[in-house]
Amino acid sequence: MGETPELRKTPLNEVHRASGAKMVDFGGWDMPVQYSGILDEHAAVRRAAGLFDVSHMGEIEIRGPQALDLVQQISTNNAAKLQTGQAHYSGLLYDHGGFVDDILVHKVADDSYFICVNASNQDKDFEHISAQNRFDCSVENAGPKYAQLAIQGPKALATLQKLTQTDLSSIRYYWFQDGEVSGDWARIARTGYTGEDGFEIYVAPEVACARWAEILDAGREFGIKPTGLGARNTLRLEAKMALYGHEIDASITPLEADLAWIVKFDKGDFTGKAALEKQKAAGLKRKLVGFEMRGRGIARDGYEVHLEGVPAGWVTSGGPAPALNKNIGLCYLPAGSAQPGVAIEIMIRNQPVEAVTVPTPFYKRAK
Amino acid sequence: MNYPENYRYTKEHEWVSMDGDVGTVGITFHAQSELGDIVYVDMPTPGAAVTAGESLGSVESVKAVSEIYSPVSGEVVEANETLKDAPEKLNDDPHGEAWLVKIRLSDKSQIQDLMDASKYQAYIGE
Repeated sequence: MGETPELRKTPLNEVHRASGAKMVDFGGWDMPVQYSGILDEHAAVRRAAGLFDVSHMGEIEIRGPQALDLVQQISTNNAAKLQTGQAHYSGLLYDHGGFVDDILVHKVADDSYFICVNASNQDKDFEHISAQNRFDCSVENAGPKYAQLAIQGPKALATLQKLTQTDLSSIRYYWFQDGEVSGDWARIARTGYTGEDGFEIYVAPEVACARWAEILDAGREFGIKPTGLGARNTLRLEAKMALYGHEIDASITPLEADLAWIVKFDKGDFTGKAALEKQKAAGLKRKLVGFEMRGRGIARDGYEVHLEGVPAGWVTSGGPAPALNKNIGLCYLPAGSAQPGVAIEIMIRNQPVEAVTVPTPFYKRAK
Repeated sequence: MNYPENYRYTKEHEWVSMDGDVGTVGITFHAQSELGDIVYVDMPTPGAAVTAGESLGSVESVKAVSEIYSPVSGEVVEANETLKDAPEKLNDDPHGEAWLVKIRLSDKSQIQDLMDASKYQAYIGE
């Protein structure tokens, strides 16, 4: 395995390498896939807390008197409903209704929105948004300005609270506050990608290494662990959160991806709206649904799904669900069969293995 | 890590330990370490014919599927059934309790083509 010199690095790269993390090429970024082991890290997040370096994620900042107009044009959710300090999940679509990316939109002020986007999509997203900027906004591809750390798990709040004067319990789920951590500026959002309570903090890259060490120290009494992309994937799959390139991509619409809840047809025009209206009127042909294995075997991304012996769809994400002790997955099926309780077969190395569609999310934390 | 002196090793990170004309086959410590948490093992049933360098089965970690390549040609005489319910043993004791299959070799001289422990350790850079 040769080193690819062009891999991009987060400010924490050397910290990961020094800690013995296993590193992988993740969409062009040199990222930690695991530290102590995926199962161990997964359990830490479900029971206590995990700390993730997600500095590879991109940030795009939209500013100007008509910032809301541009955000409304480019995204599917209704940003007019956001209050200052509130965030929501949304879709960035092509005219044909397929995903450019899935995004988190944060309203910083009436004339300022902060959008968190996927690492490998950030330049494409920036171009896509800029091309629609007929509202005289400033659009900034701001990834290099921020490092992002995610502190996730039932002990995330207790851990982070030790390092900040900002009252974290006053930040509600999918809200954020600009405050400080260890005295340095931080945007503290109560968001995440694990199905647990927790925070995602945006800080200056220069302080990322200091924050990383301090958060691990603060969480030590609770059993916090550094957590890699491997566990991030098993955690998000249990919580049925979409991953670009798997559940969603340019060929998939939010209606197909079971994300109709982020499409607000009544908000006014947005890119992709006409295509979605047409698709809705014609009826969906395929839809995302969860399943669990009944037979022995693990479904993996890309495996074929059969209905009554006939090819009918494909697995978008599959693997073990460590917190549930099951093998689970998400797949596309003809819309008429995409509901819980349908017997399906996953083709594993040319052998059909029994599975059944189930309600999602697979895992839901106790409130 | 201790790589037993009497085992022979492949470039695909399997080992074989001979007893008469029967070879016990497993994956190396290095292999399990690269794979991470192993959650599933698929092995041939006794009676199956296997060929050196061809797929013998697979092991799956949380993240991915990996083929196991047979180090030798012959007939499977026993599979380690305890791994079906406890695949994590492959992480704990890959050179011992978590052997995969026993193969009756079609020709005992085959194992001369495999690496000894010191060559294997040099190969994996230890």
